[in-house]
Amino acid sequence: MSKNPEFVKFDKVDKSYDGKVLVVKDLQLDIAEGEFITMLGPSGSGKTTCLMMLAGFETPTHGEILLDGNIISNIPPHKRGIGMVFQNYALFPHMTVYENLAFPLRVRKVGKDEIDKKVDKALSMVSLNGFETRMPAQLSGGQQQRVAVARALVFDPAVVLMDEPLGALDKNLRESMQYEIKHIHESIGVTVVYVTHDQSEALTMSNRIAVFNDGKVQQLSNPAELYEKPVNSFVAEFIGENNTFNGEVVDIDKEKCKVKLANSEILANPISVKSKGEKTTVSLRPERALINPTDKMDNMFSGKIEEVIYHGDHTRVRLNLLGSSEFILKVPNSTSNLELKVSQDINIGWNSVDARALDPK
Amino acid sequence: MSSETKQILTTDGIPLEVSLKKAEKKNKIKAFLLVAPLLLFLVITYIFPIGDMFMRSVDDRMVTNMLPKTFKAMEKWENLDELPPEEVYRGFYEDYKLLAENQQHGKLGQRLNKEKNGFNTITKKLFRQIKRKKIDESASLKEQINKLHKRWRDVEYWQAIKRTAPPYTASKYLKGMDMYFAADGSIAQVDEDRRIHRILWLRTLEIAFFVTLFCFFMGYPIAHLLATLPMKYSNLLMICVLLPFWTSLLVRTASWMILLQQQGIVNDFFVMIGLVSDDNRPEMMYNKVGTYVAMTQILLPFMVLPLYSVMKTISPSLMRAGKSLGGTPFVAFWKVYFPLTIPGIGAGCLLVFILAIGYYITPALVGGASGTLISNQIAFHMKTTLDWSFASAMGLMLLTGVLVIYWIYNKLVGVDNIKLG
Repeated sequence: MSKNPEFVKFDKVDKSYDGKVLVVKDLQLDIAEGEFITMLGPSGSGKTTCLMMLAGFETPTHGEILLDGNIISNIPPHKRGIGMVFQNYALFPHMTVYENLAFPLRVRKVGKDEIDKKVDKALSMVSLNGFETRMPAQLSGGQQQRVAVARALVFDPAVVLMDEPLGALDKNLRESMQYEIKHIHESIGVTVVYVTHDQSEALTMSNRIAVFNDGKVQQLSNPAELYEKPVNSFVAEFIGENNTFNGEVVDIDKEKCKVKLANSEILANPISVKSKGEKTTVSLRPERALINPTDKMDNMFSGKIEEVIYHGDHTRVRLNLLGSSEFILKVPNSTSNLELKVSQDINIGWNSVDARALDPK
Repeated sequence: MSSETKQILTTDGIPLEVSLKKAEKKNKIKAFLLVAPLLLFLVITYIFPIGDMFMRSVDDRMVTNMLPKTFKAMEKWENLDELPPEEVYRGFYEDYKLLAENQQHGKLGQRLNKEKNGFNTITKKLFRQIKRKKIDESASLKEQINKLHKRWRDVEYWQAIKRTAPPYTASKYLKGMDMYFAADGSIAQVDEDRRIHRILWLRTLEIAFFVTLFCFFMGYPIAHLLATLPMKYSNLLMICVLLPFWTSLLVRTASWMILLQQQGIVNDFFVMIGLVSDDNRPEMMYNKVGTYVAMTQILLPFMVLPLYSVMKTISPSLMRAGKSLGGTPFVAFWKVYFPLTIPGIGAGCLLVFILAIGYYITPALVGGASGTLISNQIAFHMKTTLDWSFASAMGLMLLTGVLVIYWIYNKLVGVDNIKLG
């Protein structure tokens, strides 16, 4: 079966609630069949609106949404055949787990035996066999979440939408549910559109991530690329931790550019700067800067330790470096650990490839 | 508790359990004292009056106290199908003479007249004879009294006196259901054309039922709108719902009178749009229509508020989930939303029904003859006939009815499922 690369297609979609502000601007997004795509962004960035438009609870102000080549903007939600997992689970509190799962099948007039079979299969997928007669209120948060996932999958929808489904769970449970959902996706190959504001969740689960801000997709790429190669300073800031330097480009060639800071100069990788004199924000991941670099790195500075915070698997060090006291360093907790003390002076180095000169903040 | 558990002692050596209980007891007394005024208030204003009502409804001591000698003598009256012996006549004569001296004989006449029609005439006749001293106390009183009127020779009248002997009676309750104690003490039905109470009970139930139904069908969409509209609109709508609630009941009923009368606004409007002709204006007041319309409007908030409070708690994502899972909007409503509103429906219906069943002022003003309820009958006996014991009996029957409805409701829906807000 060949996969349709444009299984779900947002074609120049605009959305405005009040006719004044566009919450989604000219959205162009293709989702491949069987893909796990995450819409990631801060609240108010338009990601949930996109999901609601896909589910049919909101209509686009402009543009079309296509599902498998068919325009669905005028199809009511119940005819779209899209499964949805809601933020607060939205399990029907007056029905048992079995009845909740049977609901989408019963409205489709599926036979009794078939319903039993499918419910059983869906429950075993989320390892909740034997919970058929429980009421939702008798389940823990994690179990309710699994029932909600099973209910969204039980009628074999082409697309499953998940609207911050793990938001209400505690950290450990959230992490194990992330893997579980990922595995379910891998085993049944359904197309998943997942909305979250939690970047680590997005990185863990997705094939591709669409970072939303201000109604626009800022970057659409796979998790590794998103983390390693953010295309603008919003993405760099939003995904993972980041050290930034604001300055002005004073020299530029293909691979390197020289950025003048308040009282020093650094070498950086020119991503969105083209010419001399441009303002830029240089972004550097904390784990890419090393203490006492052994190999030759093209950025070498020395700074003073302001704060040392023990984090178990790593230690965070805050430095006063290049005139900023907010420079963060992540030191892995290895056996050859350094003695890090406040007020100590240390040497720091990084490669200019990792320092990305992006658009100015 | 396992035997290994050691008793925990406080620092002064008292077992912790004992000292905890002591502290708890103090708190309990404090809590009780706080609610005591309310408890007292309830006893004085609720339990005590109901007890008094009950006593009044079964109390029949008046005749018992007025005719002590008669009833004493009647104990020897064996064959009830024949006229009582001379002792009974003598006892009755002596009792009646005493009453006549104290100007109490009229009350007895009226009371006995209620038991059996025609008593008033013959007791008055006896009174005149006593006043004129025409009765020879040394001769047979049976013969003399029997001669006064043929009804004194009718055994049924003596049986009627005997029926009033017990100090307590359930006859008022029977009367409330159009029944009475027949001469032989069995329960009999009132003649069909005189059965007014049963009609009233049925009409009360009918009107309460339909008012509840109308309130439900009108209140449900309003409550839904209230629960789903954005705050600024829903507040306005809420005020619209509550505004009549804050207006005097009398004012609202009076305004319905203005609206519904034959020359009223509603009729004028019907004539204007040509729905009815001017000389054929329908009567919408002083009948059931008026009662239905006014009571539905007045009781509507009692339906809307519990429904609203329940609907407010239903997450809108549940309806969305229903639709996204493939249910049509109707299916999503009927299978998901509606079942979740049942606690509110239960509370609203119970509230409206119980209020409607005892409604008084509105049916009294707009109900006319065919739209009055049982409570109007109770008021009639309280104010007009002054038969307080009968009014009490009917009031208690109404109370019992409400409790029975509550009980049935509890069996069907479960009181735990009620949500009043």
